[in-house]
Amino acid sequence: MPERRHLIAAAVIVLLLALLPLSGSRYAVDVATEVLIYVLFALSLNVLIGFTGNVSFGHAAYFAIGGYACAILLTTYGWPLLFALPAAVVLAGLVAAVVGFFCVRLTQIYFAMLTLAFAMLVWGVAFKWKEVTGGDDGFTGIKVPALLAHHMSYFYFTLVVVAAGVAALWVICHSAFGLTLVAVRENSVRTGFIGVDTRRMRWAAFTVAGAFGGLAGALFGMYHRGMYIENAYWTESAQVLIMVLLGGIYSFVGPIIGATVLYLLQIFTNQYTVYWPTVLGLILLVIVLVLPDGLIGLADRMRAYRRGWQRS
Amino acid sequence: MTTMLRIDGLWKAFAGFVATRDVSFELAAGQTHAVIGPNGAGKTTFFNLITGHLRPDRGAVSFEGRDLVGLPPQKIVRLGIARSFQRINIYPRLSVFENVQVALIAHEHQQWNLFRPGRSLHREGTQELLELVGLAGEAQETAGELSYGKQKQLELAIALASQPRLLLLDEPTAGMSPQETAETIASVRDIVKARGLTLLFTEHDMAVVFGIAERISVLHHGEIIASGEPDAVRNDPEVKRVYLGEHGGHG
Repeated sequence: MPERRHLIAAAVIVLLLALLPLSGSRYAVDVATEVLIYVLFALSLNVLIGFTGNVSFGHAAYFAIGGYACAILLTTYGWPLLFALPAAVVLAGLVAAVVGFFCVRLTQIYFAMLTLAFAMLVWGVAFKWKEVTGGDDGFTGIKVPALLAHHMSYFYFTLVVVAAGVAALWVICHSAFGLTLVAVRENSVRTGFIGVDTRRMRWAAFTVAGAFGGLAGALFGMYHRGMYIENAYWTESAQVLIMVLLGGIYSFVGPIIGATVLYLLQIFTNQYTVYWPTVLGLILLVIVLVLPDGLIGLADRMRAYRRGWQRS
Repeated sequence: MTTMLRIDGLWKAFAGFVATRDVSFELAAGQTHAVIGPNGAGKTTFFNLITGHLRPDRGAVSFEGRDLVGLPPQKIVRLGIARSFQRINIYPRLSVFENVQVALIAHEHQQWNLFRPGRSLHREGTQELLELVGLAGEAQETAGELSYGKQKQLELAIALASQPRLLLLDEPTAGMSPQETAETIASVRDIVKARGLTLLFTEHDMAVVFGIAERISVLHHGEIIASGEPDAVRNDPEVKRVYLGEHGGHG
C-alpha cells in the first residue's frame, strides 16, 4: 500500500499541474506537457534498468513504435483515439515482447548492444518504409480528435494519461512481481534457486517497459502532430537513459525528477548556447563521478548528513 | 526406507579435469547424509549437478522417481529440493525480512502478480521462518550487514521458504566460530527433525559430521570411495589413507 504521505504528495503535484493553465502562460503549459511525456518515458525505462537491472540502449524504439502506430491509425486509417491509443500501446508491447525474447538471453553489455541493434532496426524501418511512415520527412499532419486539438485540452489529456500511467507503474513496481524483479536484479542465481524463472521475469519487465514507452511515444506524436525518425534514433535512447540515471535508478520517483530536471535544463541551456550536447556530456560526467545514485541518492545523503550533524 | 534421491553413473568434466567420476549414490527419505572429502574432491560440483546449476555429461539423477537431468534450478526447487551455497548466496542489499519474503512469494507462484503489494505478502510466514533460524530481531537490518554466521542462517531460512523435502547444505558451518558452529548445527538438527526433512550436506568439520550424520559418503578426486554408517566409514582403510590420515589435524 502506498503510504499516505506519498498519496498526498502525488495528489498535490497533480493538483498544482492542473492549476498551471491559470498562470496564463502558454509556454509553461507546453513545457509541462512535454515534461509529463518524458516523465512517463523515463519511468517506463526504469522498470527495466532500476527494477530488473538490465540497461537498455534502445528504449526509443518502443517510444517511436507507439508514436508512429498511434499516428498512422489515427490519420491513415481514421481510427478513433479510443482504439488507436490502446492499439499503439499493445503494438509497442508486442514488439518489445518479440525483441525482449531474444535480448533476455543475454546480460550486461551484450544485452545493451542487442537492444541497440533492434532499435536501429526500428529506426531503419521508419526511415525506409516511406509510404507508411513518411521516411525521413517524418509522419506529419497527425489527425488529433477535435476535442484535444487545443493545446490546453491536450495538456489536461496528457496529465490524466500520464498520471494514470505513473499510478499503474507504481502498482506494478511495488507488486509481488516488482519485488521479484528486484530479487532478480540483486541476485539472479539465488532467485533461480527460490523457484523463479529469471529469464521470463526479465522478459516480462522488458514487455511492460516497452508498452509504457509506447504510451509515452503516442502522447508525444499527437502533441507535436508528427513523428520523426529521430524519435527512434539511438540519441533518443541515450537521452532517456541519462534522465533515468540523473534522477536515480534505485527509487521509483528518481526518473520523474531526472526527466524533469534534464528537460528543463535543456530548454534553459538552449536559450544561451547551442552547445547542449556539451552540457549533456558534463551532466553525464557528474553523474558517473559523483552522483552514482542520481539526484535522489544525493538528497538521501544530504538528509543523512544533516541528521548526523544535528545529533553530534 | 524408500529411496528419495538416486544417482547413477554421474560424470562431469571441466576442460578435461574430471570433477565427478562415475558417482552412484542413494539417499533414503528422512536420512541425514554427509558428503565429505578434501578440498577439490568435487563436493560442490556434486551438489551443483543435483540442483541443476550444472548439467552432467553422463548419468542419471532422479528425485522421488522423477528424472532431474536437464531441468533448470527453478524447476528442481519446485519439486522439493532447496539448497544453500558454500559461499553465501543471499540478497545482501535487501532487508533480512525481504530476503525471506521474496522466497515465500516465489514459492506461492506470486511472482506474476502485478497488483498485490509485495511487501504486504507473507508477513507472518516470513516472521515465523526468521524466528525459526533466530533472526527475528534482525528482520529490518540490511542482510549484507549481518555477521557471517547470521548470513548463513538467513540463507537457511531462504531455503526453507521453498518448503523442501530434501535440503542440501553446502558447508553450513564454513567460516564460523566454534560457538556459531555448535549453534548452527543444533538449529539445523532441530529443524530437520521438526519438519521431517531429508538432509544432504557437505562439511569440513569432522566433529560436526560425526555428530549428526546417519550416513557418510567420502568423495576423493570426484569418486565415492566409501559410503556407509559413520563408524564403518571412520574405520575404512581407504578412507583413512586418502582423507582422515592426511588431515589428521582436522579430523
